[in-house]
Amino acid sequence: MTTLPPSSEKKLGLVIDLDICVGCHACVVNCKEWNTGGYGAPLGDVDAYGDNPSGAWLNRIHTFEVTPEDAPNGGQAQIVHFPKSCLHCEDAPCVTVCPTGASYKRGEDGIVLVDEKKCIGCGLCAWACPYGAREMDPVENVMKKCTLCVDRIYNDNLPEIDRIPACVRTCPANARHFGDFADPSSNVSKMTAERGGMDLMPEMATRPVNKYLPPRPKTRPASERELAPALAPRTQEGLLGWIDRALEKLG
Amino acid sequence: MHPAVSVIFFTVTSGAGLGLIFCLGLGWPMPASPLAAFLVSLLAGGLTAAGLISSTFHLGHPERAWRALSQWRSSWLSREGVSAILTLTLLGIYALVWMMTGERVAWLGLLISLFAAITVFTTAMIYAQLKTVPDWHSALTPACYLAFALAAGALLAAGLGTATTLIGMPVAILASAALIVAWTAKLLWWNRAGTIGFSHTGSSIGTATGLGGLGAVRLLERPHSGENYLTREMVHKIGRKHAARLRRIALVTGCAVPLALCFLAMATGQPAFLFLLAFASLMAGLFAERWLFFAEARHAVSLYY
Ligand code: SF4
Ligand code: SF4
Repeated sequence: MTTLPPSSEKKLGLVIDLDICVGCHACVVNCKEWNTGGYGAPLGDVDAYGDNPSGAWLNRIHTFEVTPEDAPNGGQAQIVHFPKSCLHCEDAPCVTVCPTGASYKRGEDGIVLVDEKKCIGCGLCAWACPYGAREMDPVENVMKKCTLCVDRIYNDNLPEIDRIPACVRTCPANARHFGDFADPSSNVSKMTAERGGMDLMPEMATRPVNKYLPPRPKTRPASERELAPALAPRTQEGLLGWIDRALEKLG
Repeated sequence: MHPAVSVIFFTVTSGAGLGLIFCLGLGWPMPASPLAAFLVSLLAGGLTAAGLISSTFHLGHPERAWRALSQWRSSWLSREGVSAILTLTLLGIYALVWMMTGERVAWLGLLISLFAAITVFTTAMIYAQLKTVPDWHSALTPACYLAFALAAGALLAAGLGTATTLIGMPVAILASAALIVAWTAKLLWWNRAGTIGFSHTGSSIGTATGLGGLGAVRLLERPHSGENYLTREMVHKIGRKHAARLRRIALVTGCAVPLALCFLAMATGQPAFLFLLAFASLMAGLFAERWLFFAEARHAVSLYY
């Protein structure tokens, strides 16, 4: 059924810390790697080693530049690396538009999934998602999206430390966290409360589960420093100073 | 949005077929012979079915298309499939009775007209429901689809049918009125689309990234150097290049020429071929109009690219 379940008991999702992400794409690569061997059909690529490679990815990192309005001469621009994957929305428009029942949101934990055997590849769900979180597989012609690694998080065959989404497990900077947002004492709920975790495009009324922690504002120097003071020759000190003086005496 | 030829062909062709079904159901007078009954119904059903079949060509798995009939409770796309099949089934029964007995059952006719209108409406709602595409997300979208289907159906019915006047008016005038209503709706639609941007939700690169509060946001680097499904499907830009020229083509072939032909028909005793010519011209105009409907529409995902 592609009607949405009544609000789920658990709301599993991710916190993504924009203050910490260094844009290394490790989560992107590990996501592709895991999901090529895991849930559903492999994540396809076309012309992977050719001139015009293209393929399905469930997680992509954009990089934005933010310039504060009051920054002098466009200075103090901040670079923000921005990982983007399915936000497992509570009012997921991608689910309700699906004509086949292939797209669904699980009542037990809120994960939004595609049953690939039912999907006809019409692409309407990708049109309905404001975030670009769904991509058609170019080889299998079925819709692909983040599964929140549903085949890891409940997988008793894995060591407990690995029972989290592949992206979270691999992030070398610890910018990604996994947990239950319905539980106010969970790590993700606490982080969201402390750091002002935000929704993307809240005006689209999708009520995303995933939250983004905003980058901390950059500290600004009290006054503009002279450019690169280190470049001015400092001939007074140390060995170089002694050589300089000695050479000058030589004449 | 990427303008897929199969979908453009589908919406235009089945729109015309359903428009003709609508006119037939309301009892538009047609030649009396069983052969005429057969051919007219075949044309109406055939246009509709051809469009439906072509729409399955853009599916990744056309062989599973039947599954799309299951979610009519929640999905407009599913409702469209169900209601198209119902319309065609009812049309089949109507046509059969008409051929066998020469009688056109009035209540059944009204029912197929109703279902034909519902089918066009559901098609339009597939687009109009999408908050992510502000151009489409408007009551004007179903208004345009319905009015264009009616105009195309009326021109075709005028060309095939035997009536010279209906409800006290020459059919040429009725067809012209349908054309004028349709293009007025479309001009309103274009006017809205030209100014709406993302103002209906207030979305911007700032809200999309959540970084707007910190300052002016701009994309520094895309996730990948090449194109991907999202950029091809939803950040499509090529079609917008010729937008102004295509609009003129749509207006001339879809509006001016058919209207002129209708007036010419008025002056020359309403010969059928002029209406059929007007219909052909309208269809050409609608292909341009439908191309633009997709190509010019901006999707919220483009805020990330
Ligand atoms: S992010 Fe997109 S794909 Fe994921 S649940 Fe929300 S609307 Fe659906
Ligand atoms: S592409 Fe598949 S999952 Fe998406 S709406 Fe169509 S049938 Fe449903």
